[in-house]
Amino acid sequence: MTTLLATERIKLFTTRSPWWSAFLALGLTIGFAALVGLNHNGGPLTVEHSQFGMQFGLMVVSVMAALAITTEYRFATIRATFQAVPKRTSVLVAKTAVVAVLAAVIGEVAAFGSWVTTYAIDGGPEMAITTGADWRMVAGVGLVYAIASVISVAVGTLVRQSAGAISILLIWPLLVENLVQLIPGIGDDIHDWMPFTVAGRFLNGTGPDAPMGPWASLAYFAGVAAVLLVASLVVANKRDA
Amino acid sequence: MTLLAVERIKLFTTRSPWWCTLIALVLTIGFGALMAGTSDEAIAPLNVAATQFGYGFGLVVVMVMATLAITTEYRFSTIRATFLAVPNRPSTLVAKATVVAVLAAVVGEIAAFGSWGIAGAIKPNVDLAINTAYEWRAVAGVGLVYALSAVVAVAVGVLIRHSAGAIAVLLIWNQLVEPLVQLIPRVGDDIHKWMPFNIANKLVTGNPDPTTRDVLQGPPPSDAVLGPWPAIGVFAAFAAVLLGIAIVVANRRDA
Amino acid sequence: MIEAVGLTKSYGKTLAVDNLSFSVPTGRVTGFLGPNGAGKSTTMRMILGLDTPTGGSALIDGKRYRDLHQPLRTVGALLDAKWVHPNRSARAHLQWLARSNKLPAKRVDEVLEIVGLTAVAGKRAGGFSLGMSQRLGIAAALLGDPQVLLFDEPVNGLDPEGILWIRKFMHRLAEEGRTVFVSSHLLSEMALTAQELVVIGRGKLISQSSTEDFVAQATENTVLVRGPQLGHLRTALGQAGASVRDEGAGLVVSGMDCADIGELAARTQTVLHELSPQRGSLEEAFMQLTGDSVEYHTEIADAPTPATLVPAGK
Ligand SMILES: Nc1ncnc2c1ncn2[C@@H]1O[C@H](COP(=O)(O)OP(=O)(O)OP(=O)(O)O)[C@@H](O)[C@H]1O
Ligand SMILES: [Mg+2]
Repeated sequence: MTTLLATERIKLFTTRSPWWSAFLALGLTIGFAALVGLNHNGGPLTVEHSQFGMQFGLMVVSVMAALAITTEYRFATIRATFQAVPKRTSVLVAKTAVVAVLAAVIGEVAAFGSWVTTYAIDGGPEMAITTGADWRMVAGVGLVYAIASVISVAVGTLVRQSAGAISILLIWPLLVENLVQLIPGIGDDIHDWMPFTVAGRFLNGTGPDAPMGPWASLAYFAGVAAVLLVASLVVANKRDA
Repeated sequence: MTLLAVERIKLFTTRSPWWCTLIALVLTIGFGALMAGTSDEAIAPLNVAATQFGYGFGLVVVMVMATLAITTEYRFSTIRATFLAVPNRPSTLVAKATVVAVLAAVVGEIAAFGSWGIAGAIKPNVDLAINTAYEWRAVAGVGLVYALSAVVAVAVGVLIRHSAGAIAVLLIWNQLVEPLVQLIPRVGDDIHKWMPFNIANKLVTGNPDPTTRDVLQGPPPSDAVLGPWPAIGVFAAFAAVLLGIAIVVANRRDA
Repeated sequence: MIEAVGLTKSYGKTLAVDNLSFSVPTGRVTGFLGPNGAGKSTTMRMILGLDTPTGGSALIDGKRYRDLHQPLRTVGALLDAKWVHPNRSARAHLQWLARSNKLPAKRVDEVLEIVGLTAVAGKRAGGFSLGMSQRLGIAAALLGDPQVLLFDEPVNGLDPEGILWIRKFMHRLAEEGRTVFVSSHLLSEMALTAQELVVIGRGKLISQSSTEDFVAQATENTVLVRGPQLGHLRTALGQAGASVRDEGAGLVVSGMDCADIGELAARTQTVLHELSPQRGSLEEAFMQLTGDSVEYHTEIADAPTPATLVPAGK
């Protein structure tokens, strides 16, 4: 497994998209933190303000993770990979692990970088990370990014095409999850169980009518990722490479 | 004219435009049906604008279709075959943008009237007659917004040349940057008023009299300060400028 | 007639093509030869107006490619057989090309027939084998019945039958009075295909000549002599001014032709078992001329020498 992890690490970092994505994700999150910090007036800056750009980073990381697998299909390197290591499950799990670790690192650097940036602009007592909710809001970003990247790799494996996978991965959290809310009657109930909405509750607090507490929310999000990953492994094993 | 025919052949002899068209129609009309089926006369009675809830879905799918129309040319280097056959790059790209925009417009109109029609079929007792100028814009305006957005997407595709990058930029811009900008303290609202897609939405969601328009009645309203027609004019200008930049770049660049 | 004058292209720091001037005559197959990375494809892209030269110009019948009206009627090109949308059928691919230059739709079926793809015309091009893709590319090049044809490495990856087909095809095109410009890094292939050669290395022109002259200039012609007792003959050859070296049991003589050596052998009463002229190989000529300008050297000493080849010549 360590060999496989090393192989996947080399493959990931010898292409340009992870570097671009890391750069973009950090630029967007920290940049927005600075923007919000500098333009803020009325009331003290809070920890929540610092994490304004979280979703930008999340989308960029999702795209990066999907590309990590779809570019393999595009350039047929997936065949070379399966030829070198015929155990497809191990290969894909190793890839997912490497991508998830990178996503987690990007998430933590983005979150704490954003926090430091706003703190430097106006570091009042509201900016201190004290409660469990504060910690989840900042340190939790890495966890959410990592799980989201697992979803991306799974969707990328299933769809095999960059354009399709990315469209799904962006349209789902940005559009579908928001729009279902508007369906009269049942919309709100469906919305409560949408994976990215639930992940958001882990970070930003659950609110009065959430069906789950913060950690249960994260577990639910991870469960969705696990189901998708297993489905993609089954499909990849059955399909011609 | 020849170039339009060429681009039409190229577009319709691949599969992605068909798929995107199908998905766009199913999503928009499906959403229209869903809204109609679940609407409750007592709480928020169905109206013409509310049938267009799937408008945003259709828009992103159409933009993906438009992006792919050009980025797949770069991906498979058929853009080189194209420039060999027609070395006049500006006319080729204008022809492509035109064909894609026309398809987007057609998809938009079918989606809009389809959603409206299916809602009427599901709730025959609700008055869904299109009478006012606002109602006409809310339905017939969809095609125009889709067409201009498709031009924007083609321009971005020419500039970025990669499907993944171009789609990510367009969707993140349309769905994330524009709404989130609003939340930036102090300046956010003013920036948001001039964001291109927000301006474009004014044509479809802009009601001269906001008091008669409930948020639940249709896609989220635009807060652009321009009137509906000046707004779409500005968006058209934005699309034209982007396309112009893309053409200049493509003309200078090695194919 | 294609004419390149001072053609130059740099990509950032890399100078891919460096002040290259040559001309490609009408009615002949002209080979464009150079090791990998020499700048052949770059030059072809510049001739075709795809890449903009950093300096100099390339003209086709006196015009820049981008100034040609309906260029497919003047120039046909196959730069890469993969420049096709994989989900488009072969016929659809040719149809849009034909339409763009106002060529009649029946021309599509004609060229499909010429390259032998009629049976699979409706199939998606993505499923084609390399040989079929190459044929589709050639069909596209022939669409406008052009006088000038450019092919970049057309035989790459083809089986012997495919190679033979393309070679004959090019000869036929040249015999019809067209200008044919074919690139390759395979000398053996060019020797059989091309009558003229433009040789480049590291973006610079090394020579432009007929294939025969190229070989003659670049390789020394030697004679192999074998026999049971060659001592006297050897001395006599030395006195006559020829240079001699041993090869196995025989001698390799340069600077004297077979007739003179034969007479010298009679005079010295030497029994000969073999007296045979050795033709210089194109590979040798190529290595000699481009040896300094190969971009990527391999570290294999004593690479096996390829079989001796006879130039096509006319
Ligand atoms: N788009 C590009 N960007 C940067 N460098 C390039 C580009 N195209 C070509 N080059 C460089 O220019 C040089 C010439 O490349 P070119 O493809 O023209 O060689 P070639 O003679 O066709 O080689 P081959 O026989 O391998 O096809 C190479 O060093 C290559 O790396
Ligand atoms: Mg080449």
